[in-house]
Amino acid sequence: MIRIDGVSHRYGDRTVLDDLSVELDEPRVGVIGANGSGKSTFARLLNGLVLPTRGRVEVDGLDTARDGAAVRRKVGFVFSDPDAQIVMPTVREDVTFSLRGRGLERPEIERRVSVALATHGLAAHADHPAHLLSSGQKQALALASVLVLEPDLLVCDEPTTLLDRRHTRRVARLLEALPQRVVLVTHDLDLVVGWDRVLVVDAGRLVADGAGHEVVPFYERLMDELPAHQGEP
Amino acid sequence: MTLVHRLPAGAKLLALFVLTGVLVVLRSPAVALAGAVLVLGGYAVAGLGPGRLWLVLRPLRWVLAALLVVQWLTAGWRPAVLVVGTLLVAVTAAGLVTATTSTTDLLDAVIAGLRPLRPLGVDAERVGLAFSLAVRALPVIQHAFDEAVDARKARGLGRSTRALVTPVVIRTIRHAERTGEALAARGLDD
Repeated sequence: MIRIDGVSHRYGDRTVLDDLSVELDEPRVGVIGANGSGKSTFARLLNGLVLPTRGRVEVDGLDTARDGAAVRRKVGFVFSDPDAQIVMPTVREDVTFSLRGRGLERPEIERRVSVALATHGLAAHADHPAHLLSSGQKQALALASVLVLEPDLLVCDEPTTLLDRRHTRRVARLLEALPQRVVLVTHDLDLVVGWDRVLVVDAGRLVADGAGHEVVPFYERLMDELPAHQGEP
Repeated sequence: MTLVHRLPAGAKLLALFVLTGVLVVLRSPAVALAGAVLVLGGYAVAGLGPGRLWLVLRPLRWVLAALLVVQWLTAGWRPAVLVVGTLLVAVTAAGLVTATTSTTDLLDAVIAGLRPLRPLGVDAERVGLAFSLAVRALPVIQHAFDEAVDARKARGLGRSTRALVTPVVIRTIRHAERTGEALAARGLDD
């Protein structure tokens, strides 16, 4: 259970989240909103990358402010730009890097890495330089490097922004099939229209909350009604 | 896997350290020549051809050429050849180490080598991570540079240094910020 209780967050004078309270227990939760609406900050609250200026965030009973390290072991996070997430020069090394310091023996690390690479269609590229992969392959690598840690919850902040249609569908299928709970921040409404629950964040506030097939049409109407400049950072 | 590939990463790093030290301290044409023979022999044993050698030297070709000219004009041809030759040997030796050793093994070797310095406040894991991040950042910065060159051309800004340097610096800093955030998200700062 994710519990967000009276959370506000400010960057300097700018309030990006304003008194947000919500409990999330569904296996698939989508978060949508215009640029600058606060949805990326919302995602970052969930593994303690951003701590609330006011209020409290709990993931499975762990407070993100007090138990940050434990929360990050539980919550995997994938960003929109895979280049910023890939730390090591080759594909295999980057996935291996995630498992450093986890107290695993080398054969077990190699086994987990091989499984992760095969699962994400990267086995044939295992020893290739990561920077030579396509955008879709890089995002697959970013996902593999996070999922090899077997987090309980996966938070993705616009993971398909830089991808073509084919790779977007691939990421969508992967997220659908994961045993983990997923919170997905996205502009791609097709990805979340069939999901259990979708939140709409606008100007730092939660303005809609419900099943994807109800909330997505509401959001489309909201965007149609907004003047072009509104909702921009 | 050749003999050079199979050598422990720590031994290769130590050999590189010693070779570079000897080259710099002795500053002799004979030593530089011996070093060059040793390094080229290493490439041959490792099954690495001239293509790999060029891959290592290509990014430095203009720097080396400029250094050769400046040294020649200010100190004469002998010191110029010696300085550039020494640099060439050191760079190709480093290229041989990175071409035959996985970054993970290099990282482990750096961390193991620095661990005795822990009482002095050196965080070996952190230094090792910085080392691998620096290696990883090179193609990212190269890509930013290539795009900035194309963007400058597209905007008709000719040889404007500002149009080249500003986007590269901004993208590099942004990349560093995002990487830091991604590392924190992976729990590597806990």
